[in-house]
Amino acid sequence: MTELRRTIQPVATEKGGGLNLGETLRVSLDSLAANRVRSFLTMLGVIIGVASVVSLMTLGNGASNAITNQVASIGTNSLTIFATSPASRGPGGGGAAITPLDMSNVATIESLRLPIVGPVPQFTSSSTVIAPAANTTANVVGTTATFQEVQSIVMEVGTFISDDHVRSVAQVVVLGAELKQDLFGDGVAIGETVRIAGKPLRVIGVMELKGGGGFGSLDDQAYVPISLAQQRLFSARTANGQLRVNTITVSVLDAKNIDFVQERIEMALRDQRNIAPGAQADFSVINQAAFLSTLTQITGLLTTFLAAIAGISLLVGGIGIMNIMLVSVTERTREIGLRRAVGAQSRDILLQFMIEATVLSLFGGIIGVLVGSILPIVLTAMGTLDAPITPDSVIISLTVAIATGLFFGIWPARRAANLNPIEALRHE
Amino acid sequence: MTAMITIEGMTKVYKMGDIEVHALRGVDVTINKGEFVAIMGPSGSGKSTLMNMIGCLDTPTTGRYALDGIEVSSLNDNQLSSVRARKLGFVFQQYMLLPRQTALANVEMPMVYRGIPAADRKQRAALALEIVGMGNRMDHRPNELSGGQQQRVAIARALAGSPAVILADEPTGALDSKTSEEIMHMLMQLNREQQLTIIIVTHEADVAAYADRILTIRDGVIIDDRRNQRGAA
Ligand SMILES: Nc1ncnc2c1ncn2[C@@H]1O[C@H](COP(=O)(O)OP(=O)(O)OP(=O)(O)O)[C@@H](O)[C@H]1O
Ligand SMILES: [Mg+2]
Repeated sequence: MTELRRTIQPVATEKGGGLNLGETLRVSLDSLAANRVRSFLTMLGVIIGVASVVSLMTLGNGASNAITNQVASIGTNSLTIFATSPASRGPGGGGAAITPLDMSNVATIESLRLPIVGPVPQFTSSSTVIAPAANTTANVVGTTATFQEVQSIVMEVGTFISDDHVRSVAQVVVLGAELKQDLFGDGVAIGETVRIAGKPLRVIGVMELKGGGGFGSLDDQAYVPISLAQQRLFSARTANGQLRVNTITVSVLDAKNIDFVQERIEMALRDQRNIAPGAQADFSVINQAAFLSTLTQITGLLTTFLAAIAGISLLVGGIGIMNIMLVSVTERTREIGLRRAVGAQSRDILLQFMIEATVLSLFGGIIGVLVGSILPIVLTAMGTLDAPITPDSVIISLTVAIATGLFFGIWPARRAANLNPIEALRHE
Repeated sequence: MTAMITIEGMTKVYKMGDIEVHALRGVDVTINKGEFVAIMGPSGSGKSTLMNMIGCLDTPTTGRYALDGIEVSSLNDNQLSSVRARKLGFVFQQYMLLPRQTALANVEMPMVYRGIPAADRKQRAALALEIVGMGNRMDHRPNELSGGQQQRVAIARALAGSPAVILADEPTGALDSKTSEEIMHMLMQLNREQQLTIIIVTHEADVAAYADRILTIRDGVIIDDRRNQRGAA
């Protein structure tokens, strides 16, 4: 046995009074790192919970946005007016003839001087459209210049129909992006002549692709001055000599005026069309906003429902943490006894176990956010759904994950901190 | 000679339901700085109970206890923790090393709770491991070490913080006789060369023979207190 040469010097610097947060964090991380498999398994519950919260919330929001965008593309602030058969709505009427809307109704709405864009009348007929190299059947929409603003139409090339075109009954046509493709392929359309109802019309513009498909797509229609459609292309004279329109659209400048505008239009048209007070009107005014808010409510409910289901799995993850932390406290009873014996205060032990639970749930949460982002990102990349990861779904799920760790970590941590060191040391 | 430990009229009663167990029935003893004391006695006589009191892990039912000038009997739980951290080094029969940590990390661990800066801690731990002959095993984990080597690491852990007293309850209880001799020889050297106060509990006379004072306990009282000629080693 060799002689001991050096001696241990008395401790010069020590703070005492328990651990600081940084040291406790290090001790906790050491313990977690020393037991990687168990740490990972504990996190798994939180990972799955957070991943499902993030992906379900994101997908729910994406689906909800897709639906509302579809509706919004029609114009959220817009009111659409069309003629209806009053008898078809009430009992006993049978097939009373529909009195169509006409240009005098448009003039009436104009005269109200409401805070709106429009009114935009439309007179639409289906017709064969003949280009030099191809022909097809399409909706030919007679309308005014304001149509472009109300429908937020962007031109790929050329211009939309102008007020001058309408006034002068110009023989011009604007093509939707898909219709242009059908008639001219990738060739130049502008300046070419297409024949509609036997009349040669000059192509003055091609619209940018609106996309979205679905009903009433703007992309596969042709647009002409409404005067042209009514007077030269199709027969639009009503029995009393007026020019017929199918629909009148107005876009309300401020959404909060929608109800007021709707009421004013209804009153004026009832008056003009001689509807007795209290009687069923022979026209309808459809409010897109009301429809949209109902839809938003439904999709919002759906998202909340999905998030709640995901929340339950997060709760299960939290119980998993508690479970394993309790096992860990029991398993590490002797370690806790040792730490207490060599000078750890019960507060240090409490903090250590709380931090372990929190670190587990935080890391689980972060991994969960990453895992949960995969599906929305893939779906968005594939173009199936536009589901961007929103910061609030990340913040909410991380906060809930940490809160879960703290909440479910407290009980095991208190148990650890309150262990009697002597008994803990004797634990088998 | 300065007194390191002064115990007067110490009793400890455990209440288990209606039954009272008198583990200590009035212990009076003074242990001086630099002494190497062995406590002997039959099973259940109160040796571990006395060690727990000296180790500030428990408080006596009645009586007075002063450690290195500190009146321990009146301290609260946090203050007891602090006294354990600064004044005491523990060596256990079952070594009690953290299984997944290196020898160095194990030795450093108690100093973490004293707020000793990391660099200082590492240096002290390394020196303590060198002193117990484990300087070349610092990065080994307990399962890569023999029982005797693990106990050396445990002694280094007790030593590194420069304690006033090292307490060892049956430190050789889990070791074979040759390893026991090595461990006891080392404790004896630490006692001589570092002027460390050491108190051990043992059942074995040849282990107690390394001490220079032997206390014998029976039924919670000290029945014998004698000097020992350390020729046996
Ligand atoms: N926590 C406790 N609760 C109740 N009784 C206890 C407790 N700890 C010890 N005792 C009792 O006190 C007495 C002394 O026990 P102690 O552990 O001090 O004996 P010991 O001398 O160390 O024995 P051994 O040599 O077997 O380790 C025993 O009768 C024991 O049963
Ligand atoms: Mg004992």
